[in-house]
Amino acid sequence: MFTVDFFINAITLGSLCALIALGLVIVYGILKLVNFAYGELIMIAGYTIYLINQSIHMPWLAMAGLAVLVAMLTSYLTELVAFRPVRTKSLNAMLITSFAVSTLLQNGALLIISPRARAVPLPKLFSESIRLFGSDIPWRNILTIVTSLLLLAILTLLLKRTVLGIALRAAADNFTMTRMLGVPANLVISTAFVISGLMAGVVSIFWIGRTASVTPTIGGSPLLIAFVATVIGGMNSLVGAVVGGYVYGLIFSILGVMLPQSLLDYREAFMFLVVILILLFRPEGLIRGSGSGERVG
Amino acid sequence: MKTNTNFTIWLKSHSTPFLLSIPLLILALIAQLIGDTLIIRIATVLFINLILVLGLQVFMGNSGILSFAHLGFMGIGAYASVLFSMTPEAKAATLPDLYPFLRPIHLPFIPSILIGALIAALVAAIVGYALMRLSDAAAVITLFALLVIIHTVLVHWSIITNGPRTLFGVDNYTHLWNSVAFGILVIFIAYFFKEFPVGLKLRASRDDRYAAASIGINIVQVRWYGFILSAFLAGFAGGLWAHFITSFSPYAFYLSETFGILAMLVIGGTGGVSGAVLGTVVITLAREGLRGIENYININHLLPTTLVGFTEVLLSIVLIAILIFRPSGILGSREIALAEKQQAFDEPQSKPHLPSNPSQGD
Repeated sequence: MFTVDFFINAITLGSLCALIALGLVIVYGILKLVNFAYGELIMIAGYTIYLINQSIHMPWLAMAGLAVLVAMLTSYLTELVAFRPVRTKSLNAMLITSFAVSTLLQNGALLIISPRARAVPLPKLFSESIRLFGSDIPWRNILTIVTSLLLLAILTLLLKRTVLGIALRAAADNFTMTRMLGVPANLVISTAFVISGLMAGVVSIFWIGRTASVTPTIGGSPLLIAFVATVIGGMNSLVGAVVGGYVYGLIFSILGVMLPQSLLDYREAFMFLVVILILLFRPEGLIRGSGSGERVG
Repeated sequence: MKTNTNFTIWLKSHSTPFLLSIPLLILALIAQLIGDTLIIRIATVLFINLILVLGLQVFMGNSGILSFAHLGFMGIGAYASVLFSMTPEAKAATLPDLYPFLRPIHLPFIPSILIGALIAALVAAIVGYALMRLSDAAAVITLFALLVIIHTVLVHWSIITNGPRTLFGVDNYTHLWNSVAFGILVIFIAYFFKEFPVGLKLRASRDDRYAAASIGINIVQVRWYGFILSAFLAGFAGGLWAHFITSFSPYAFYLSETFGILAMLVIGGTGGVSGAVLGTVVITLAREGLRGIENYININHLLPTTLVGFTEVLLSIVLIAILIFRPSGILGSREIALAEKQQAFDEPQSKPHLPSNPSQGD
């Protein structure tokens, strides 16, 4: 039951979930905004590859890079146009705004492109596998794990060693104090959204790598994963998000093996039951963050 | 309320539901007089939406907690009511694997939708009490999780919901005038819930959680009452809608519909019944109008591609604009009334309510 395959799959899913969760938490930590439009960034990166592939010929890696850039830009623009003006309003106003942005982007894709799935090109490597530890491991999984770890390492360095990174972490801890010390609020928040877009863009490539196609609703499941993973790990901690992502990957894979067939369909419901139970009995999650829980006003 | 003694003064200070009902009745009458099937259908949808939006207002407006689970309760109400109202023959055709004890049940329309609403309220009561301890983002995520759970169950419990496929064979009982009657009844329910002590306490907890707890309001309990009533109304609207549309699938009770209902409430104004009514009327009419245009363009091939999602794109832009420029909605928490409301609770309340655990609101 718990073979090498199982663990590689669990770690692959976990790595992907860690990135997904991190992208959501980096914004939540500062703004206390649960960004419903986060999943749509993944969709936009996917459509970018599709559209580039339709018009110009360029190497896949360049397309993927552009897709990540577009996701970052979109994330920044949503912050600039929609979230910045409502930042000082109520929490509900901000949440509903993010829900509206999500609907806008999703239906924009429906309107401009198509409700039907569009094929996205993938490099050959994604469909090949390598023989390791006596089983065939798809390259896609190895790439997912390596890229995630690399990205996490870079982000850690960025957050620990650069001034902007330190300001970002300080803002997540105590935004008012950070501002009083002269850190510009807009810069910090925009940076958080750009990093969030970066995560979404990278996730998009591997997420789409599973099906090689993109639909307007593709962002739905990653968003739900991000919710579960951040709640498990702890909503006020970046480390918590990563831990939560890996725990999600593990629990989801274990449920996939352990649950009887008749209950397997309800796996998503079980994951969200875990969310509710954690929020009720251990709202700080696995890793207690140092965030004050205050909102930016 | 010291104004209880004199009915006219009482009526004057509670004129809102009456004032809201009159234009709605006129609207329904106009639809009836025009007599066009499509217009009557739109008017019926409007009154069903009204119940749904007022149900959301009861909880969200008074408690300040954004509820994503609302459409889930509508779904429960819809499926549960249908199980009671369908004829055994229709059930055998559309739900062949149905549990034997449910097969012979065949009740009239009103009892069926009431049972559906009660089941939705029961589910809310069971899961709700614990959830009401949460506030802010945690509450939003749990209620969102609840919507996902209800949706997953509706999609996969094929025995009673026909799974992700469309459930058909429901009798058409809902027409314009019974939805008008229920819609207006619900205006009164939502208004008086807000004005009654329980609603007042709930609003106090919304405005300042700690101050409310410190004067002895059991926040979890008042929120719970609001949540149950809200789920009951959502379930009731679900039952009405099911017997109007007559064939539906679980996807009708998920995020895109949640967005529509939320937009109606937020654009009109979350804090009051008047705002909810205004938002429902404006957005339902705008949405149906835009959908009509969308369909017209698609049917007549006026554009090289089919137009999908145009209505939602416009609606979300309007919603974002409202949130930026007028975050409390068009009407805010103001109510349409004859006289400016007098301070109703300036005298001390007769019986102070002392809960055992006042600090559990966080």
